[in-house]
Amino acid sequence: MDSQRKKVLVQVLNLVTSPKDRSSVSLVCKDWYDVERHSRRHVFIGNCYSVSPEIVTLRFPNIRSVTLKGRPRFSDFNLVPPNWGGDVRPWLEVFAAEYPQLEELRLKRMTVSDESLEFLAASFAGFKALSLLSCDGFSTDGLEAIATDCKNLTELDIQENDIDDKSGDWLSCFPETFTSMEILNFSCLNSDVDFDALESLVSRCKSLKVLKVNKTVTLDQLRSLLTHAPQLLELGTGSFWQELTPSQHSELERVFSNCKNLYAVSGLWQATALYLPVLYPVCTNLTFLNLSYAATLQSWDLAKLVPYCPHLRRLWVLDTVEDQGLEAVGSNCPLLEELRVFPSSPDGDDIVDGVTGSGFVAVSNGCPRLRYVLYFCWQMTNAAVATVAQNCPDITHFRLCIMTPAKPDHLTGEPMDEAFGAVVKTCTKLERLSVSGLLTDLTFEYIGKYAKNLEYLSVAFAGDSDQGMQYVMNGCPKLKKLEIRDCPFGDAALLSGLEKYESMRSLWMSACLVTMNACRSLASKVPRLNVEVMKDDEIGDDSQADKVYVYRSIAGPRKDAPAFVLTF
Amino acid sequence: MSRPLELDYIGLTETSSSPMERSSEKISSSTSSTLSSTTAEEERTSSSAINLRETELRLGLPGSHSPDRKKLSGVSIFGKDLEDNNKPNGFSPNPPKNPVSGAKRGFSDAIDGCEKWVFSMGNGSEVDVGNAAVLGSPLAKQEISSVPLPPKPSAQLEKKKPQASEHDAAPPAAKAQVVGWPPIRSFRKNSMASNLAKNNDDAEGKQGSGCLYVKVGMDGAPYLRKVDLKTYDNYTELSMALEKMFSCFTIGQCSCNGLPERDGLSASRLMDLLNGSEFVLTYEDRDDDWMLVGDVPWQMFTDTCRRLRIMKGSEAIGLAPRAVEKCKNRN
Repeated sequence: MDSQRKKVLVQVLNLVTSPKDRSSVSLVCKDWYDVERHSRRHVFIGNCYSVSPEIVTLRFPNIRSVTLKGRPRFSDFNLVPPNWGGDVRPWLEVFAAEYPQLEELRLKRMTVSDESLEFLAASFAGFKALSLLSCDGFSTDGLEAIATDCKNLTELDIQENDIDDKSGDWLSCFPETFTSMEILNFSCLNSDVDFDALESLVSRCKSLKVLKVNKTVTLDQLRSLLTHAPQLLELGTGSFWQELTPSQHSELERVFSNCKNLYAVSGLWQATALYLPVLYPVCTNLTFLNLSYAATLQSWDLAKLVPYCPHLRRLWVLDTVEDQGLEAVGSNCPLLEELRVFPSSPDGDDIVDGVTGSGFVAVSNGCPRLRYVLYFCWQMTNAAVATVAQNCPDITHFRLCIMTPAKPDHLTGEPMDEAFGAVVKTCTKLERLSVSGLLTDLTFEYIGKYAKNLEYLSVAFAGDSDQGMQYVMNGCPKLKKLEIRDCPFGDAALLSGLEKYESMRSLWMSACLVTMNACRSLASKVPRLNVEVMKDDEIGDDSQADKVYVYRSIAGPRKDAPAFVLTF
Repeated sequence: MSRPLELDYIGLTETSSSPMERSSEKISSSTSSTLSSTTAEEERTSSSAINLRETELRLGLPGSHSPDRKKLSGVSIFGKDLEDNNKPNGFSPNPPKNPVSGAKRGFSDAIDGCEKWVFSMGNGSEVDVGNAAVLGSPLAKQEISSVPLPPKPSAQLEKKKPQASEHDAAPPAAKAQVVGWPPIRSFRKNSMASNLAKNNDDAEGKQGSGCLYVKVGMDGAPYLRKVDLKTYDNYTELSMALEKMFSCFTIGQCSCNGLPERDGLSASRLMDLLNGSEFVLTYEDRDDDWMLVGDVPWQMFTDTCRRLRIMKGSEAIGLAPRAVEKCKNRN
C-alpha cells in the first residue's frame, strides 16, 4: 500500500476505537492488518493466559494503554484458592522493554505485588492512569511508590481489592509540585488519610473531575473539599455523617449548590435522612446515584429523595429500601436505565425483608428504558419476572439472584423456568444473564432456543441433567463466557461444547459432575484450549474434576501454574 | 475412555441405596442437629422401601409447602420436623405435580471439602431453604469407583447459630451459608457486616450507630414529637421518656399506684400511669400495621418501629382492656 493510502487509513482508524471493530479491520487484508497493528494504542486482554506478553508486544508495537483481566470471576466469591496466578509482573517486565511510553494500565482480578507497583512507577516515565479492580497482593506501601514517582499521574482508581491496608500515608506522598490528578478513587480503603494532605492535593489539582474519598472523611471535611473542587463531575462522599452545627449545615448546602457539574454521587456510607436534603440542589443533574453502601436508608428516605432526581439513569441501592422504595423509584425516574439492588444481609443473619417481585414490577412499570438489572432478593415469582420483561424489552443485562439456592416460585411453588423463559423470549437484545432459583432443564432449553445475542451466562444450583447444558452449548451462537457451579452437568455436557469453546473466552464449571477423563479428552481433542482442573486435596477421589476452567489460548498451557492446578 | 455407567443425577440405580445413606449419615452425623441420628436411622430403613428421590437431603422442612418463611418454625438442617413426619414424599419441597424438578442438585462441597460449608441456623425457620435447596449427591460416580469417603464429623458442617430449638414468632429465614453464595464481593460483604454490627449495637451512642428518630404522636396533642429509639435500651426507658414528653398533655392524673415493674412488658408502665385516661401506646411497623408496644423483644421493636402513637379513648378500647388485664394478671 502506498504511503498516501496508508495515511488516509490511519486517519480513519484513529476513529475506530472498539477492540471488536479493530479486530474486524485487521482481518480485511494483510495491509490493513499491518496498518491496524501499528496504529493501535489500546489493547484489551480479557484473559491474561489466552496470550503471552511477547505475542502482544510483537503484534502491537505502539500501545499506550492496556486492560488486563486475570482470575475467573468466581474468584471474587472465594471459589478460587489463593496463589492461583494472574501475576502482572511478567507483563510489566515485557512492557517495560517494549512499551516504555505506556500510559495506562487497568487490571482486574490480577495479582499485583508492592514490588510490581514500584517497578511500574520506575519503568514508565509518562505513566498516567492506574486502575485496580478486585486485585490482590499489594499493600498501601505500593501505593506510596505510585504517588511518589508517577509525576504525570492523572488517574488512581483503587476499587474492591484485597489489600493490606496499612495506613493512609500514601496520600501524603504526592509531592507539592504534583498537580495533574483528574480521577482519584480511594473509597474502598479503610485507613485514615491525612486530611490536610488531601485538602492540599484537591486544591492544587485544578483538573480534578472525579473524587471518591473513603469513609474516614467526615461531612465537614467533605464540605471543605468541595469548596476547593466545585468543578467535580463525580463525587464519592465518604461517611456523610457528622453532627453539624447549623452554620456548618447551611455552609454544606451552599457548597453543594455550587457543584453545578456533578452528575454522579456515591459513598454515603453512614448517610441518614437528616443530611440527605443537602444533596437536593445537585439531584436534578444526577444521572448516577450509588446508595449501595448507605445501610441506614430506609424506604421512606429513598421515597423522599427520588422525586428530586428526575434525570437518574443509574441507581444502585440496598434492599433496605424495600418494595416501597422501589415503587417511589418507578414513579419518579422515568429515564432509569440501570438498577442494581444489593443485599444488606447476604448471609441471612439479620431479619431483612428486602425486595420482592412487587418492587421489581413497580420499577419496570415506571422505567421502560431499563437495560441493566441486578436484583438480589429472597423470593420471586415467575409472574413478576415475566411482567418486568414485558415492560422492559430492551434489557441487555439481566442478573437475578434469589439468594436461597434453588428456591421455587414464591407463590406457586413451581420452578422459575417460565421467568427466565419470558426474559429470553421478550428481551431479544439480551447479552448477559444470571439465573437463580429452582430451575429445571427447561430453563436451558429456553435459553438455547431464544437467547441469540447472549454472550455471558452464569448458572448456579440449577438444571436436572446434562441436557440442560447441552441446550445452551447447542444454541446461543454468541456465547463468550459460561460459568456454572453446583449443577448436575457431567462429561456429556462438557463435551457437548467441543465445537464451541474456541469461540468463547472461557468456561468455568465447579461442583458439577465432570470427571478428569473428560477433561483430558477435551484437551486432547481441542489443542488450542487450555483445560485446567483445580484439585481439592479434600476430595479422596482422583477421578472427579471439582473445579474446571477451560479457555482458549494461543500461548499454550500455563507455565506458572501452582501445584493445585492441573493443566491438560 | 470408558463411558461411565449411565445413571440419573442421583447417580444411583433404584437398587443401590447405600451412597445416599452414607451421605446422609455423614451429613447428619456431622451436624449438631438434634435430629441427626433419628434422621439417619429413618433414612436407612426407609431408603430401600421408597423412591430414592425421597431420601434426598434437603435443607428445611419436608412437606412444608408454605412459601411463607415467617410462618413455620425452625428445624434442623435436614429439616425433618419430627412432629410433622407425615408422608414418604415428605421431603419434596414441590407440589406433587412437579416431583422431578428440583430433585437433583449439585452437592459436592458438602461431601468433599466440607470444612467450607457452614450452615447457619439463624433464629429459626428454615422454610425458604427447605423449599429450595435440594441437595442430591454426586457421590454416585465416586461410588462406582468405590472410594468411600470417611465421614467427617464436626468439622464438616459448622453451625454458626445452633438454635434449632429456639423459635421466634417472626423468625428470619435461617439461611444456609454456602461458599461463595450469594455472589457478592468480599469488600461489600465486609462493609455490610460492619454496618449491621453497628446498627445492632444498642450500647453505642447516637453518633456511632446513627440514630433512629421516629415520630411520636398523641391523640389530642397539637403537635408531634420525635424520639431517638437508639437512646433507650428497653421499653421502660422509652415509656418514661414518653411520659415526660407528653405529661403536659395527659388529662387524667398519673395514678402511680406502686405496681411493681414488669419485665419486658412494655406498655404496662405507661399504661399504669395513663390508666386513668385510657391511653395505649402503639407503633406502626414496616407493614403499615398498628401494633401494641411491648409484645416483641426490644431489639426487634426498634428494627421494625416506624412511628409511635399514643392512642386514646374509644380507639383504644379494643386494646386497652387487654393491656389492663395483663397488668392485673401480673399482680
